[in-house]
Amino acid sequence: MTMLSLSSSPHHHNRRDIGQVMRLVCYATIPGILANVWFFGFGILIQVVLAIITALVTEGVIMELRKKKTERVLKDYSAVLAALLLAISIPPLAPWWVIVIGTFFSIAVVKQLYGGLGYNMFNPAMAGYVMLLISFPVQMTSWLPPFSIAEQSHSLWDAIHTVFTGFTSTGFSVEQLKVGIDGTTMATPLDEVKTALLQGYTVTEAKSHIMFDGNYGKGWLWVAIAYLLGGLFLIKTKVINWHIPGSMLASAALLSLFLFLLDGDQYASPLFHLFNGSLIVGAFFIATDPVSASTTSKGRIIFGAAIGLWVIIIRNWGGYPDAIAFAVLIMNMAVPLIDYYTQPRTYGHKNKASKDS
Amino acid sequence: MNEYQNLSVQGIWKNNPALVQLLGLCPLLAVTATVINGLGLGIATTLVLLGSNITVSLVRNFVPNEIRIPIFVMIIAAFVTIVQLLMNAFTFELYQALGIFIPLIVTNCAIIGRAEAYASKNRVQLAAFDGLMMGLGFTFVLVVLGAMRELLGYGTLLVGADLLLGDWAKDLTIVVFTTESPFLLAILPPGAFLCMGLLIAFKNMLDRLIEKRSQRAKQAKIVQRARVTGTDI
Repeated sequence: MTMLSLSSSPHHHNRRDIGQVMRLVCYATIPGILANVWFFGFGILIQVVLAIITALVTEGVIMELRKKKTERVLKDYSAVLAALLLAISIPPLAPWWVIVIGTFFSIAVVKQLYGGLGYNMFNPAMAGYVMLLISFPVQMTSWLPPFSIAEQSHSLWDAIHTVFTGFTSTGFSVEQLKVGIDGTTMATPLDEVKTALLQGYTVTEAKSHIMFDGNYGKGWLWVAIAYLLGGLFLIKTKVINWHIPGSMLASAALLSLFLFLLDGDQYASPLFHLFNGSLIVGAFFIATDPVSASTTSKGRIIFGAAIGLWVIIIRNWGGYPDAIAFAVLIMNMAVPLIDYYTQPRTYGHKNKASKDS
Repeated sequence: MNEYQNLSVQGIWKNNPALVQLLGLCPLLAVTATVINGLGLGIATTLVLLGSNITVSLVRNFVPNEIRIPIFVMIIAAFVTIVQLLMNAFTFELYQALGIFIPLIVTNCAIIGRAEAYASKNRVQLAAFDGLMMGLGFTFVLVVLGAMRELLGYGTLLVGADLLLGDWAKDLTIVVFTTESPFLLAILPPGAFLCMGLLIAFKNMLDRLIEKRSQRAKQAKIVQRARVTGTDI
């Protein structure tokens, strides 16, 4: 029997279900992934495929164990998105078991043990990333140089071969692929600057390395811009609000500008911080996770701004070169508190401040 | 169930110091990177528990109530010192591996907890048995946790058994798989917290299953009888 559907207000709303939202976010990562393929090879695609397969299998098995509607949950694409975000965060030629373990941890422990979509306190992709980073530091820091300055190039087949066996089809290891045209092993721009600073060089001296093109890492700049385009598309389609990315980028830029003006030899410029590392991806795709981020508008601004501050603090004084994952996890813990203190005024009620006056 | 059976069940399962009371978590999480470390600390803790429970029970009628806690702590500290010196003498490598966590047994709340809650109120035999069972329950958890973390982290079991048992035990080491990149998370403290949480969840699940079983058995015994009386059929 069909009934007239009754629902409470608001009656005019956007007919989007979770699956559509999650799919839109997945699509928005495509420009970034393509840019990554262009500059760093096909590794990232293999990681994405492996991650998505692992995530779907893990989620499906757990849903069966919990006796839930497996098909409906798999169709909400939340596991796919978490897997995708984890896959684009790790080095493209990391061994296959790294992404499998990481995705399993993200979905099984961080998401499903807490009760599944909507109940997880921490961002699954970033918790999985941190788990991998502290468990397998060697594999998780083997970033490749962009093709333009790499000594060896590698094909799709080489990438598949390397992910599964550790060597390309012609027998080069990941270590050898990391060697640049100047014969030295390459790191990420953030890593390079951090190491140089520790060795007593200034930021300007560090940026004279061939991997830099002015302020930006070769290749990395275009990947960041591609993700920025994807992120702007998400804001345009109202999948995410501007609050978190806006406040996060602004606070990171302001703090790094302050430090840069204080001592330009020790602290890199705001533009360097914005377009190197994963700040852009983090701001638009990771910190905006609707489950683990703050839910009020004011709260989102605080949440994003605090992440931006943490990122710059950890990048400058922490042990790791990049910090999105740690910053997001730290602020995930603060979300209940932020939400508690930023409840919006309910329609028809006065807010506390005006009540007192 | 007599008192001894009750004490065994309480110590090893129902009131397990690590899984239910959640006492002594600091050494539990810090040293259980391998089975043998866990076993070593478990035995040391059991010995201290046994000694302190017996002594506290013996002197329970002479200790003024107001200053009982400092006296209990001194008794425990004395036994910890004895165990520490014994381990230093006979299992030196294990003594070095466990490091600060042997003297820190004195701060293990499970020990002072048993002294205060049980030994200071009961006969010597019962107090000794309680100490033994609580110690075994604690050791059991340490060993299981150590096994989980060692297996996940290094892919082995019983590495370093010779440190505790002597040279003949070198062959006891089981290599389940070999890996060039150990799973550091399992070996580091966060892995201990995760494994501990999983263990507690597993125990609760088992308890719930057992309860369901027993309820079902009880229900099966009740026979429903339909009364066919009255005239309105």
